[in-house]
Amino acid sequence: MMMINIVGLAVIALIIWWFWLYKPEQTITDSNEVLIEVKNGVYSPAAIQVNANQSVTLKFLRKDESPCSEILLIPTLDISEQLKLNGVTQIHLSSIPQGEHVFHCQMQMYRGVLTVVKEES
Amino acid sequence: MGKTASEQQLIIEGAGCASCVGKIETALKNTHGVDRAEMNFADRTVLVSGTAETEALITAVESAGYNAKALNDSHGSDGLDEKDAADWAYYKKLIRDTVIALSLGVPLMIYSVLIGEMTVETTTQRIVWLLVGLLTLGVMYFSGRHFFVGAWNSLKNHSANMDTLIALGTGTAWVYSMLVVFIPDVFPLMARHVYFEATAMIIGLIDLGLALELKARGKTSEAIKRLIGLQAKTATVLRDNKEVHIAIDQVLLNDVIKVRPGEKVPVDGVVIEGHTSIDESMLTGEPMPVEKAQDDEVVAGTLNKSGMILFKATRVGKDTALAQIISMVKRAQNSKPPIGRLADVISSYFVPVVMIISVLSALAWLNFGPEPALAFAIVSATTVLIIACPCALGLATPMSVMVGVGKAAEAGVLIRNGEALQTASKITAMVLDKTGTITEGTPKVTDIILANASDEKPVLQLAASLESGSEHPLAMAIVESALDQDVELLKIEGFNAITGMGVEASCEGKALLFGNSKLMAKSEVGIGEYAEKAQTLAKEAKTPMYFAVDGQLAAIIAVADPIKSDSVSAIKRLQANGTRVIMLTGDNKETAAAVANKAGISEFFADVLPEEKANKVQELQEQGEVVGMTGDGINDAPALALADVGFAIGTGTDVAIESADITLMRGSLHGLADAIAVSKATLRNIKQNLFGAFVYNVAGIPFAAGALYPFFGVLLSPVIAGAAMAFSSLTVVSNANRLRLFKAKDH
Repeated sequence: MMMINIVGLAVIALIIWWFWLYKPEQTITDSNEVLIEVKNGVYSPAAIQVNANQSVTLKFLRKDESPCSEILLIPTLDISEQLKLNGVTQIHLSSIPQGEHVFHCQMQMYRGVLTVVKEES
Repeated sequence: MGKTASEQQLIIEGAGCASCVGKIETALKNTHGVDRAEMNFADRTVLVSGTAETEALITAVESAGYNAKALNDSHGSDGLDEKDAADWAYYKKLIRDTVIALSLGVPLMIYSVLIGEMTVETTTQRIVWLLVGLLTLGVMYFSGRHFFVGAWNSLKNHSANMDTLIALGTGTAWVYSMLVVFIPDVFPLMARHVYFEATAMIIGLIDLGLALELKARGKTSEAIKRLIGLQAKTATVLRDNKEVHIAIDQVLLNDVIKVRPGEKVPVDGVVIEGHTSIDESMLTGEPMPVEKAQDDEVVAGTLNKSGMILFKATRVGKDTALAQIISMVKRAQNSKPPIGRLADVISSYFVPVVMIISVLSALAWLNFGPEPALAFAIVSATTVLIIACPCALGLATPMSVMVGVGKAAEAGVLIRNGEALQTASKITAMVLDKTGTITEGTPKVTDIILANASDEKPVLQLAASLESGSEHPLAMAIVESALDQDVELLKIEGFNAITGMGVEASCEGKALLFGNSKLMAKSEVGIGEYAEKAQTLAKEAKTPMYFAVDGQLAAIIAVADPIKSDSVSAIKRLQANGTRVIMLTGDNKETAAAVANKAGISEFFADVLPEEKANKVQELQEQGEVVGMTGDGINDAPALALADVGFAIGTGTDVAIESADITLMRGSLHGLADAIAVSKATLRNIKQNLFGAFVYNVAGIPFAAGALYPFFGVLLSPVIAGAAMAFSSLTVVSNANRLRLFKAKDH
């Protein structure tokens, strides 16, 4: 029984680490455009890093027909956009404040983060 | 920050090999107006940027030997037809998936309830259950694949969603059952139970729930569909003296457009010939048709009732008032009021927390549960995963906002965002600017009391000449009165507006002053017994103004601005709902009191300078009131901005969409009462949804974990949990849909 309990607690620790503590690899871009695929429950890439003062166009290509994926919200930037099915919806961002800007669907099932960092000289 | 337009995407047919990519891209790049063409061979789609027409792109692809069609052609229908078609196709797929899953799940369920235990004790049972297990795997593949693919992708991304819970729940039940089939000896006798019926039923029920939710969601966007449906598809344009019927997206600025009776106005413009009446009710909620003649504005989406007109296009495409209204309503529908933020925070942690509870529940059963503890542990862990519904939480707010904002738009009330919607529901005090808000805003001269002169006309001529330099509605009334009497206006010099007091200028060597008693006092013009006469006029709800020539009082000119016919009933509606109504005016106390009395308002601020309006709003806020401010002019901008909710009141479709939190598209104050009523109804609906979603999850999860078992010996079946989960989202969407029945205009 002890073994089972240890395995159970290890699973809980794994859940905590995997979903909350682990910092996923960021897609660092110098480009002014990032194509984000919206498919099968995820944004891909879901973690994007850009430099402050860098204008960037997020191009969402929605391939998921589920209505959950239809609305994209970036609350910190006051952006809400309806994503076209099988098409690209562009969101052009400039002068983005430094920090993390989470983007997600209305139900927060699709989640991604745009991290804006200070430009290294 | 801003947004750019989308690029065009084509779907390519007949491209069978990777080498086709180069051919298609080259063909497109050689097309005039194409900046870039990138083909995705895997999807057989090509993304084209530039200014080229879709038809030209299709022709280019066809000339290269392939077929192409446009994806997401948004012209005319704003992409709605494609969306409806995509939703319908997805709905059919979900129903098909449901039928497949329930075809296996329902017989298994009936068997388990009516015929026998689903246990593995004999070799025959092992073979039979193995076959059933393989059939269940088929169901998982055909009907539930999207859950597993979604879950896997989320997991790889270190995120979790509803798919994760369903995939884990059904997957656990199936894996456990297959282990029992393959290695029954490892399990205690009482735990050799299979749960294939649970897997198939859960997948079927959740697919069914998703399909019904999709249908219900369609209804939530009816308002925007109606607005989009107002757009005419074609226009009759005069080009080279010929009438040509063209699609509205081809109408250019300054095109001359012909609209016959019964036709919709295709774009915004100014009438250049003809006379007609136009029904603008679809945009403004104003039931009476509006007369239109030369130089009057016409607006896209409105209906020409009687005569034929020619008009010049002044705003086309996305610039028309209708397109802007659609865009604003869409944006507002997608925004979230602050009340939804807690649900957002919970949603973002929800799924991993449920997974942890599931593990804890299994451990609790294994440690403290009765035999067969393992079976109980599996059932409770699966049920916890299945019953939890993050979607109900996530949908609670946006679905209601979607319907509420749409309902408001139908009543001619444009709500800028979710925050404005929420704050409007809490308004306790409403400040109304007098001129143009409570009154018509088109004052008329009612009295001219001469001080010294005996002939009215020369005095009126000087006063009107002076006021011709001002844009104030009262000034315009005096100018209009002079023009009506064929009085010629004289040239003035040195015009100066003295804020909150009046105006001054010189004319033919005479120093002219026009304004209130403050201006006369400041300029040391004696008004003597005329002050009493002015007071008498003010008590009759008229605005008396003093006119002085060369430092001597020449006349009192009184102007009255009639109260709008429905202002009194609208103010009564606001007061009946417990809102404190306060009138704000630059008029003197007597006039203000008289107008307020007529309008049924007991509180008012008189003699308020434009810059003081904001202070008055602030005073009310300091008293603890949630203040709404309604105005129609630029003067009101600071007060509108400072108020908790700023209402811009439009006349007709001449709306300042970006200027306020809420824009009333018709002049009637009933729009205010409607806006508050619809906001209250929407907030009530959101609270019901959030309460339902919280209670469902807070009560459902412990129930699923077996919290009732020690007391009543009841453990929830995963199938029941699946049904509850599927229908909890549906309940939220259906409750939001109840708002569609809300009638704002009970006047």
